[in-house]
Amino acid sequence: MTTIQSIAGENEQHPDVALVGRVRAGDVSAYDTLVRKYERQLFRIAQHITQNREDAEDVMQDAFLKAYEKLDQFQGNSKFYTWLVRIAVNESLMRLRKRRTGRMVSIDEDLETDEGTVPRDLADWAPDPEQNYNQSELAEILRKTIQGLPQGFRVVFALRDVEGLSTEETAETLGLSVPAVKSRLLRARLQLRERLSRYFRKKNGSVETSAKEARAES
Amino acid sequence: MTCTEFIALLDDIIDDSIAKETRAEVEKHLHKCGHCEVVFNTTRKTIEIYRSHEIYDLPNDLRERLHTAIMSRCKKGC
Repeated sequence: MTTIQSIAGENEQHPDVALVGRVRAGDVSAYDTLVRKYERQLFRIAQHITQNREDAEDVMQDAFLKAYEKLDQFQGNSKFYTWLVRIAVNESLMRLRKRRTGRMVSIDEDLETDEGTVPRDLADWAPDPEQNYNQSELAEILRKTIQGLPQGFRVVFALRDVEGLSTEETAETLGLSVPAVKSRLLRARLQLRERLSRYFRKKNGSVETSAKEARAES
Repeated sequence: MTCTEFIALLDDIIDDSIAKETRAEVEKHLHKCGHCEVVFNTTRKTIEIYRSHEIYDLPNDLRERLHTAIMSRCKKGC
């Protein structure tokens, strides 16, 4: 991984680097391109952390504005996207802190639980289990399930598995060690799997019951 | 290989970053342990489902509104 990145770095520049250079030289339209490229991802990450749509809208705007103001501080030794995500994560945590009237909020809270470290639900899932729900039912199930994870697991899963950052980038973005990211990722994945089993498991050849349950709850 | 050892390696197995020698042991364990096979397949499916479904949609009109707001403040120097 490191080797691939460094070879790519020697031979070709990431397109974001050129865009950042143009913004620094006063070309605002280059920033327009960068915002368009990453606005969906930043919005999603902010939603994952704040779990609130209005907060996510504010975080997304504030993160892009802060990045614009601080662009001179961007060193170029990390990817522009990773740097941007770090700003968005910090803005999201600040927003949560405001909502909880000053109570400390960190990505380390609620991690005492041992839940999910040992798989308990060992039933197999139906083939293509998501096909048994319509799109909005499925989105609701996925939202509800991930929202039940402790913050520190949820954010690691969101960055690493949903947004596709590497383990190292996730660690850098969250200010965690690589082993800490790995341990949280395993527990996040196992807990989500365990919770989704309720909806996706094979039930005597049918998943009708859980589909009805989901409808009744939503 | 025990089930506990298998689970400890689960992420590396899913992310395809285990050593060749370990891979043979992992495959041997998967072959004889139905429970670990289920955990492996359903965990992989969990990740795939989250990756392929947009759960926090940003509708285009909202996206445009936010985009315009960001860019107009940037043009004013924030």
